[in-house]
Amino acid sequence: MRKTVIYSIQSPYRKPLEITGFRFGQGEKALCVVGAMRGNEVQQMYVCAQLVNRLKELEREGCIAEGHEIMIIPCVNYYSMNIGKRFWTMDNTDINRMFPGYDLGETTQRIADGLFKGIQGYKYGVQLASFYQQGDFLPHVKLMETGFTDHTDMTDFGLPYAFVREPRPYDTTTLNYNWQIWGTKAFSLYTNATDDFDERSARAAVDAILRFCVKKGLIRTKLPGGYVTEIIDEERLIQIHSSCAGICRSRVRTGDEIRSGDLLCEIIDPLEGDIISKIYSPVNGIVFFRYNRPLEFEKSVLYKIIKI
Amino acid sequence: MMTVIASAGLAVNERVEIRRNRITGSAKGAAEKKRVCIVTGTHGDELEGQYVCAETARILSENLDKLCGTVDIYPALNPLGMDSITRGIPLFDLDMNRIFPGTAEGTMAEALAADIIKDISGADICIDIHSSNIYLKEIPQIRINEISAEELVPYAKMLNCDFIWIHSSATVLESTLAYSLNVTGTKTLVVEMGVGMRITSEYCRQLTAGIFNLLKNLGMWTGETEEVREPIVSGERAVDFVNSGANGIFVPCVEHWVDIKKGEHIGDVIDPATGKRAEYVTAPCSGKIFTLREYPIVYGGSLIARILGGDDNA
Repeated sequence: MRKTVIYSIQSPYRKPLEITGFRFGQGEKALCVVGAMRGNEVQQMYVCAQLVNRLKELEREGCIAEGHEIMIIPCVNYYSMNIGKRFWTMDNTDINRMFPGYDLGETTQRIADGLFKGIQGYKYGVQLASFYQQGDFLPHVKLMETGFTDHTDMTDFGLPYAFVREPRPYDTTTLNYNWQIWGTKAFSLYTNATDDFDERSARAAVDAILRFCVKKGLIRTKLPGGYVTEIIDEERLIQIHSSCAGICRSRVRTGDEIRSGDLLCEIIDPLEGDIISKIYSPVNGIVFFRYNRPLEFEKSVLYKIIKI
Repeated sequence: MMTVIASAGLAVNERVEIRRNRITGSAKGAAEKKRVCIVTGTHGDELEGQYVCAETARILSENLDKLCGTVDIYPALNPLGMDSITRGIPLFDLDMNRIFPGTAEGTMAEALAADIIKDISGADICIDIHSSNIYLKEIPQIRINEISAEELVPYAKMLNCDFIWIHSSATVLESTLAYSLNVTGTKTLVVEMGVGMRITSEYCRQLTAGIFNLLKNLGMWTGETEEVREPIVSGERAVDFVNSGANGIFVPCVEHWVDIKKGEHIGDVIDPATGKRAEYVTAPCSGKIFTLREYPIVYGGSLIARILGGDDNA
């Protein structure tokens, strides 16, 4: 393993921010994995840390294939993580809205530029991504449709579900989008946590990335068998909104198979305790997303169901 | 008349409400059916538009006989952000000006955005007032996407601003309120002026005078108006960015909106612990400084100034 500083930037009041990469193997740039770009992405950093740990072990056992390099960058924005802030410390900008970056631009544009230069040229790229919506997700892999990456590559992660998403205007400044435009086949991998770490889904994510490495001939190891991935157009997800605000008492969990008419949750009046709404599933399906905060607003997306 | 044009229930005993103050004049004339919208408060830390709305509403209400048509004032598109000094939408950590046109089937924020678009659509002109952020001070200016320039510049010139910046099109900006309205046929002008979390009263009065001049030009106002200034239009002139090359505190030595020659001193970045100068900041081109750093602490890359270049006679 070689530990290298990918990019460094000075701060007026702190030691320099050093974005650190861990490289395994030598040769063709085969795979790069990027973890936390936001200060709350603890799970994303944790998955990468576990991946570094597993790859160190595999390297000791001589299981990294010759002629290939894998690089893991667990945490880009640890400045924000260390002070409990989600976006950049000084100006609250989001590094993942600054790609491809600009070396003469503003601070986060420079960070994006420095990082992006350090991770270009890899055949495959994986970003451990997070959602702005608060909730539990089934681990999945997502591809932003740019025409540059094969959908079938997503099946090599062996996760149950893979999604294809049409890029929206604000996606064009993300790492995933720009990685693809610059020639890296890029995927976003989602686990079911962000601010906290979830051991089980982190392990699933680590196994998925290692499975991908095995399929692409980058490492040799035995792993738990993966799923036969179902590639789903995001349009197939049925969103269930709340009709009123209150306290949400969920009756289902992610991964549950449900029938049309099953009770999903009850909304409780926060001051009087009455059940003011009951939400039922309109379809047969699998609960893919579940809002996980106790307080919810009117029109909150409470569930996303994969229709079957 | 105050109307709630969009709302959604919050968790405990409250609703978020986006309000519109509709002021309809009693004057009769050809412009009776015209409507101008003044919107602000998309970012909760931008307050300059508050005073513009207040002044506009006050003058109109005292002179309804001189108003022909309707002026709709939306003082806070992001009321929770305004209430909590939060730039984005609290709890979602989401920039409201990146979710337009929204969708009724989306999340609470997207549904509110869709209702806002629906309510403004069809107006003759919409003026979307922003005020930079806490880091930069902006001269009163209109920003126009190059794809709408031909149609919008004549109206922008009526608004008594100092500068019209026609900027290149960027995909990411397609999620803004102004873009969403312009592409669907509602002419929308974006004003940037002043600095975040402050009210610069002279700028606010300047823009208010411009709004009444616009109303007069649309045939909607018969009251008095001031003579408006002729703005500089960026046109072919390039905008140069001055970014800090060092860390520390920036101390300017120029005034805002002054002519500057290439190589002239703009200010210094100083190490606060030692007092040593970390960077001697100079102008990369001759021109006019229309953006100047307000917040003193800088990182490498922090924006210090924007200069409208291409003026060798400056």
